[in-house]
Amino acid sequence: MGTERTVAVGIGAEELATADMTLNIGPQHPSTHGVLRLRLTLDGERISRAEPIIGYMHRGAEKLFEVRDYRQIIVLANRHDWLSAFSSELGVVVAVERMLGMEIPERAVWARTLLAELNRVLNHLMFLGSYPLEIGAITPVFYAFRERETLQRVMEEASGGRMHYMFNRVGGLKEDLPAGWLDRARAAVREVRSRMSDIEWIIRGNEIFRARTRGVGVLSPEAVLQYGVSGPVARAAGVDFDLRRDEPYLAYGELFGPGRPGRVVRRTEGDCYARFECLLDQVYVSLDLADACLDRLADLPPGPINVRLPKVLKAPEGHTYAWTENPLGINGYFLVSRGEKTPYRMKLRSASYNNIQVLSELLPGNLVADMIAILGSMFFVVGDIDK
Amino acid sequence: MTTSLLAAPPATPLAAGEAPTLEAFGLDPWWLILAKAVLIFVFLMLMVLFEIWFERRFMARMQNRLGPNRVGPLGLLQPIADGLKLPLKEDLVPRGVDRPVFILAPALATMPAFLAFAIIPFGPTVSVFGHQTPLQLADLPVAVLFVLAMSSLGVYGIVLGGWASASPYSLLGGLRSSAQVISYEIGMGLSFVAVFLFAGSLSTSEIVASQERIWYAVVLFPSFVIYAITMVGEVNRIPFDLPEGEGELVGGFHTEYSSLKFGMFMLAEYVNMTTVSALAVTLFLGGWRAPWPISLVDGANAGWWPVLWFMIKLLLTISFFIWLRATLPRVRYDQLMKLGWKVLIPGALAWIMVVATIRVLRNEGISTQQVFFAVAIVLGIYIVASYLWDAVRGNRRDAEEQEATAAERAGAGDSTGGDPMAGGYPVPPLDAPHYHGRNSTSKEVNRA
Repeated sequence: MGTERTVAVGIGAEELATADMTLNIGPQHPSTHGVLRLRLTLDGERISRAEPIIGYMHRGAEKLFEVRDYRQIIVLANRHDWLSAFSSELGVVVAVERMLGMEIPERAVWARTLLAELNRVLNHLMFLGSYPLEIGAITPVFYAFRERETLQRVMEEASGGRMHYMFNRVGGLKEDLPAGWLDRARAAVREVRSRMSDIEWIIRGNEIFRARTRGVGVLSPEAVLQYGVSGPVARAAGVDFDLRRDEPYLAYGELFGPGRPGRVVRRTEGDCYARFECLLDQVYVSLDLADACLDRLADLPPGPINVRLPKVLKAPEGHTYAWTENPLGINGYFLVSRGEKTPYRMKLRSASYNNIQVLSELLPGNLVADMIAILGSMFFVVGDIDK
Repeated sequence: MTTSLLAAPPATPLAAGEAPTLEAFGLDPWWLILAKAVLIFVFLMLMVLFEIWFERRFMARMQNRLGPNRVGPLGLLQPIADGLKLPLKEDLVPRGVDRPVFILAPALATMPAFLAFAIIPFGPTVSVFGHQTPLQLADLPVAVLFVLAMSSLGVYGIVLGGWASASPYSLLGGLRSSAQVISYEIGMGLSFVAVFLFAGSLSTSEIVASQERIWYAVVLFPSFVIYAITMVGEVNRIPFDLPEGEGELVGGFHTEYSSLKFGMFMLAEYVNMTTVSALAVTLFLGGWRAPWPISLVDGANAGWWPVLWFMIKLLLTISFFIWLRATLPRVRYDQLMKLGWKVLIPGALAWIMVVATIRVLRNEGISTQQVFFAVAIVLGIYIVASYLWDAVRGNRRDAEEQEATAAERAGAGDSTGGDPMAGGYPVPPLDAPHYHGRNSTSKEVNRA
């Protein structure tokens, strides 16, 4: 462990025994899904230091917010985390509506809740497929994509988009849901729920998968609080915090509570397996929530789904902070307005950014193979880190 | 039943024209030997093409998709198109590599894979242009050892390729490969020993001949299981594809290889897959002998028919590899070593003891049932004891860890607090112990 050496080039055994090797994982590495870079210092295959290096995909979202009006901001907001586009749009419009003190129609509230939950399932399915893939099981990802396809079809029918929906507007949704869509959405939800067991059985009880993830990368609740980790990753460590229940927005207040479909999935182990299980169980919860929303939407009387907006939308002077429980964790939007048609400043707190910080704490002491298991179980989107 | 199973006499001499014995080899004219060698080479190359197609199509079925279906009927020509494309790619040799070793490594991985196939029997003695000759290139009194030797040599290709590539990923891949080979190859060798004890020979033709009445996969089931596990390690496929480990090491030992050299590594992997499958068929699945109901038909084990049985068995074994690949994740290499050293090798040794004891006792005239009874008791005691041992040790370790955690927590407790407004601005307190230099390594904190 004496001197440090960058890239051990065909060196002899006696040099290997003394030199630490610096290994750059990424920015082009199959397991960093995107351009996250980790600088690891290795002792053999054991990691002695890990440093996440971010910013390869920085697109200046926050600065761009300042020169876009509130309609255009939605476009930017749904792009930084491309797997939870709908939920990210939601944060922006909720913040702006709060600034305007706008009351939005009930149908819009329930439709947004429904679409947000479907988006959460889409996001989770992606990770439920890609995580086993990183550990070497190639089949679950195809099953996951089959389910994603089913849901994406109904999402596409409603919004016209498959990933970047652009369906939220300040004051509601872009347009009403198509005729007969509720039944098709219900069928899709039912289909996905019935086939989730395919993914669950092939991976959840697998001995090798357990051996790879049990007790690996244990995240303590203290570290979660220190680093502001949130979402399923935090709940797997035993931190009982879910904005949908603890600070309800949209219609979540009516969905969470005793005797209602909403429940907060939680584990206490804090290891990779717990994180995976949290994600898996959240899918079932979200499907239940989606069903509840569909029931409610079917019962609602016809009415508007958005509010007529003025030609030039200006938020009054002031500031507000809106946060939402995005699929990957808490997304926060701190909006400061000087009464212009663009925000003076819009600070974006993205879930992945905070979640990834804890890696420097989590990785040292583990093997390179474990690094993959841990990295995959942190469920991040690089765009969401770099913004 | 069991008595008759175990009573198979070692290497029954059979009628000439049926199953060949060692004496039947070495009598071929030169042109026949050459033709056989060429045929085996062609067969292996075709098998590689077929396996690639078969793997992609079969796995696609399992994964709810179609697989390659554009080139040729059913996509059958896809591997040929890929095989033509690969050598036409630019052949990159990175700066700083150990050139001779870097170039030699792919050849070193490929050649032994082909050589090992020389001793695989495809069928009994047949007539070729009037010559009576066994359908097998060569047989040795130590034929199976020859296979083991060749497979060990093949690993050098991987280790050296990883070492010479001058890339950390390749280096780790090569390193893992050597760690892997010492873990499974011993278990693999030991799994053969029981077969040798029963067959009384290391020659593949005689091992096949001795399985006339019952397959060794049935009689020596534990050996077969051990071999089935180790053969997956031998060919570096999921769940034991650690030297490549795409998710972790990008491409592992072949990260820096491209074009034909990369192709040769791929070739070696698929030829190896054929070889270990053929060996499984030969040693455990009755070789070229027809499976049970068909074997009752007259002439099923004569002439050219056995080639068909052999091929069917071979393809089923290969399908097993593909099925595994579509189902299982990859193990970690310390887990593989643990499996090899703590389960497979002791298990194989114990099983050899059992087999040897049974054979000796039977020679002395003690009935097999009595022996089985005694063995079952001993094994039962062993399993219970080892389970208890693990449980007790596991508990102790847990208790120790908990104590350590408690101590750490207690140490961490007093470091919280402090004045958050000390610097004039409200700074949230960072109260985890390592922020105050209590624990220099964050490793310990992780465990907490």
